[in-house]
Amino acid sequence: MGVGIAIVAARAGFTVRVFDTSSEALDRAHEQTADFLKKSVARGKLSPSDRDATLARLIGSTRIADLADCEFVIEAIYENLTAKHDLFGQLDQVCPPETIFASNTSTISITEIAAGSGRADRFVGMHFCLPAQLMRLVEMSPGLNTSDETWRAAWAFCEALGQKPVATSDTPGFVLNYFLIPYHNDAIRLVEQGVASPADIDIAMKAAMGYPMGPFELLDLVGADTQKLLCDAMFGLTNEKRAACPPLIRRMIAAGHLGKKSGRGFHHYDDSKMFGA
Amino acid sequence: MPVNVIITGRSRSFPKDVPPMPGSGTVLAGTAAADVISGAAKACLDFVAVELNNECLGDHIGLDADPIAARIVGFARFRLGTADPSNLIELVSMDWTDEDAVAAAKAAFEGGGFVVACCADRPGRIVNRLIRPYFNAVLRRLDDGLASAADMDKTLMLGLGYPEGPNALLARTGLADHHEVTAVLEGALGDNDFTPARRAQIAWQRASK
Repeated sequence: MGVGIAIVAARAGFTVRVFDTSSEALDRAHEQTADFLKKSVARGKLSPSDRDATLARLIGSTRIADLADCEFVIEAIYENLTAKHDLFGQLDQVCPPETIFASNTSTISITEIAAGSGRADRFVGMHFCLPAQLMRLVEMSPGLNTSDETWRAAWAFCEALGQKPVATSDTPGFVLNYFLIPYHNDAIRLVEQGVASPADIDIAMKAAMGYPMGPFELLDLVGADTQKLLCDAMFGLTNEKRAACPPLIRRMIAAGHLGKKSGRGFHHYDDSKMFGA
Repeated sequence: MPVNVIITGRSRSFPKDVPPMPGSGTVLAGTAAADVISGAAKACLDFVAVELNNECLGDHIGLDADPIAARIVGFARFRLGTADPSNLIELVSMDWTDEDAVAAAKAAFEGGGFVVACCADRPGRIVNRLIRPYFNAVLRRLDDGLASAADMDKTLMLGLGYPEGPNALLARTGLADHHEVTAVLEGALGDNDFTPARRAQIAWQRASK
């Protein structure tokens, strides 16, 4: 998801440092970005010169020290509080005091993540929606210690990205994932119970409700591994049974059926190009 | 040869016209459709499709394999409360239903311009099983003060591309109808995620006066 957020920022004119510990992941991100922007040009959404400029504004790095000149850092790693604390702890050593930190978490408390960042007053939640490069919504959540100044600056930055911020409270899943994670789990349980196939469920939900994507199309985009992490985080916080990870997700992870990124999830895919590419 | 359509009583799937459907079969729609199943089954060509409301196909033909009933399928055109029917046909079969009958019924509905999703004979079929707990959660969290109805709707529409938010949708199509469907599913499934939310209970009580 970090790739989609990076595209949003670069497309809006910001110089973006894309940090990943894996150079292979960075190469893959660059390839996915180039594919997506190429398609944007083909669709008339972007001029060739803007495509080139956007790509030029994206600078990949595997060294966290390269983020030292960033004014705003958006974290989009997996949903694990310890891992996020570790990353923000390193960033706090590298970035100047005025740099604002944001987390793209969709389930974990912003206040709890901020508590391990070394700068809880300059910390906000910025939850982008999948696919980030196409969806405009950002759920903005302040932590208990977020300063008014930080909140205003983050809100203005979000608008400068060309996104539509919506203020949500710092509660598990905020608004979107509070409803989406259990809904997806319910759909998975229908498959487990043999009520219908993923394809038929996708067909039904799109035709009945006018949804642009069926639950399994979206789940394949999210990834089975990410869905499990979302479930574990959400269930751990709410103890609501609909949020508990269905056994089928665990089996799919074991089988390597992670979704679009692995070529097979609930559906089969011929490539791992980004949505919209 | 068009499919023979028999409407007995009020039909939720076909409140107005029934589009012509190609094929060799019979569609039984309306509140009294189940009363004529057995006669239609004996005379049936490729399939008999009987309209379902909140009940299951098994309520009409039993759960045990039956050679005469093997060509009977159930169907429901999804419709939310007072809204117009959607274009979705949920096509219901038993595990012993003749596969050719399911294929013929599917082809007939698709030939009539509908989108068809196949499913097993379970309470709520596909759509109600998925949207009712979600609607209940929305109504409960609205009571909890998670966000205003407008902000919740805006977030779900912008974030997921939904054409309408759940609060506006339920207000437009009827909370009392949501109560009616969820109460049936709660009874059939014994799952309190289907217990009608407080706002739906109030709407139902007021509508019943």
